[in-house]
Amino acid sequence: MDVFSLAAETLVTPIVLSFVLGLFAALVRSDLSIPEAVAKGMSLYLLFAIGFKGGVSLADHGIELTLGLTLLAGVLLSAIIPFVAYAVLRLMSGLNALDAAAVAGHYGSISIVTFVASTSVLESQGIMYDGYMVAVAAAMEAPAILSALWLVTRTKGGGTMEPGLWREIMLNGSIVLLIGAFLIGMITGEDGLKEIAPLVIAPFKGVLCLFLLDMGIIAGRGLRKGRGVLDAGAIAFGIVMPMIGAIFGLGAAMLLGIPLGSALLLMVLSASASYIAVPAAMRVALPEANPSVYLTLSLGVTFPFNLVIGIPLYLALATVAIGG
Amino acid sequence: MQTHKAKRVDITIEKIMLSRLTDAIEKADVSGYSILPVFGGSGRSGAWTREDNIGRGDGMVQVVCIIKPGRLDALLDSAFEVVDRHIGVVTITDCEVLRAERF
Repeated sequence: MDVFSLAAETLVTPIVLSFVLGLFAALVRSDLSIPEAVAKGMSLYLLFAIGFKGGVSLADHGIELTLGLTLLAGVLLSAIIPFVAYAVLRLMSGLNALDAAAVAGHYGSISIVTFVASTSVLESQGIMYDGYMVAVAAAMEAPAILSALWLVTRTKGGGTMEPGLWREIMLNGSIVLLIGAFLIGMITGEDGLKEIAPLVIAPFKGVLCLFLLDMGIIAGRGLRKGRGVLDAGAIAFGIVMPMIGAIFGLGAAMLLGIPLGSALLLMVLSASASYIAVPAAMRVALPEANPSVYLTLSLGVTFPFNLVIGIPLYLALATVAIGG
Repeated sequence: MQTHKAKRVDITIEKIMLSRLTDAIEKADVSGYSILPVFGGSGRSGAWTREDNIGRGDGMVQVVCIIKPGRLDALLDSAFEVVDRHIGVVTITDCEVLRAERF
């Protein structure tokens, strides 16, 4: 199969089309909505399932040096990408230094939903990936926040990292559940997976579809409300920056020599932007930065781009660079 | 029926700041308060509703304290350290309560 057929095939899937449906519903102002508690329940399920399966996979293959090196690469990518994002954003848009630094922090961190959608694409294509990539995803959440705060301190002063905030970031519910489920999977291995397979495997893609339907609705509403907040340069940044991040991720994957599936996941992690952990941290540490700017960019522009165009594009790129 | 003068302080603040605010309130020796969810609204950062929230810290909450008038300054000084730089509204209104010893 050539790379274009591969890209086309990953586009026409229930997951992507569910997201597009949600996006469409929000843009045409339909009253379609997923109840808050249901969305929360689905997000807990997805985090548990992806963490658990990652742990089982690691238990099967054992801990290798590559795991440590990939974790380190993930932390470095998360810390470095905000500096690149800041420079690109200042070049492309009229955003002030404070908003640009806050946005930059989001692009160094990750979107776990984009990561989960990518694992689903890999599974449907029969491409293997390393289970420890779940741990890499968790490790890439926080370093970007420190980089963003450093950027603010350097450019205009302000930005505080109080001790309580650090604990909240490192121990936020999503990270605890993801890493906790990963450890449970690692400890119980294949036997544990057999016991709960009807919960963590069979319904996974269906739940992911519904969750992405909700994410499409939220992204569409954000996009609608964000009109006028972003200039053309900032919107272009929301599309260009993930591709730059993906190239950084690909470079790191090639240096590490990790296989195609894991390389794609590292690219996706580097390309995606946070819309849960980093916005919360920014509201505490940089309350003067405009949340409409960074949320509209990460959730309204970059998230849909990555899900619909980015993932197949990165997969095609990785296939050419690394080989399938 | 006998009533007693009191002050009602309503603080609408981002949910992410809630624990910091309640810590500050308790630091001012105010042990009684209620926390109410805010379903949506509009302000300088634009309109929002709880349905659009995806993060644990998204959205706003309202903290309501009813206190004796003499404790107002201590409460406001402590709370202001938290709310100063953040989105939100603080209002103070006169009210009356039936059981003064509870406040």
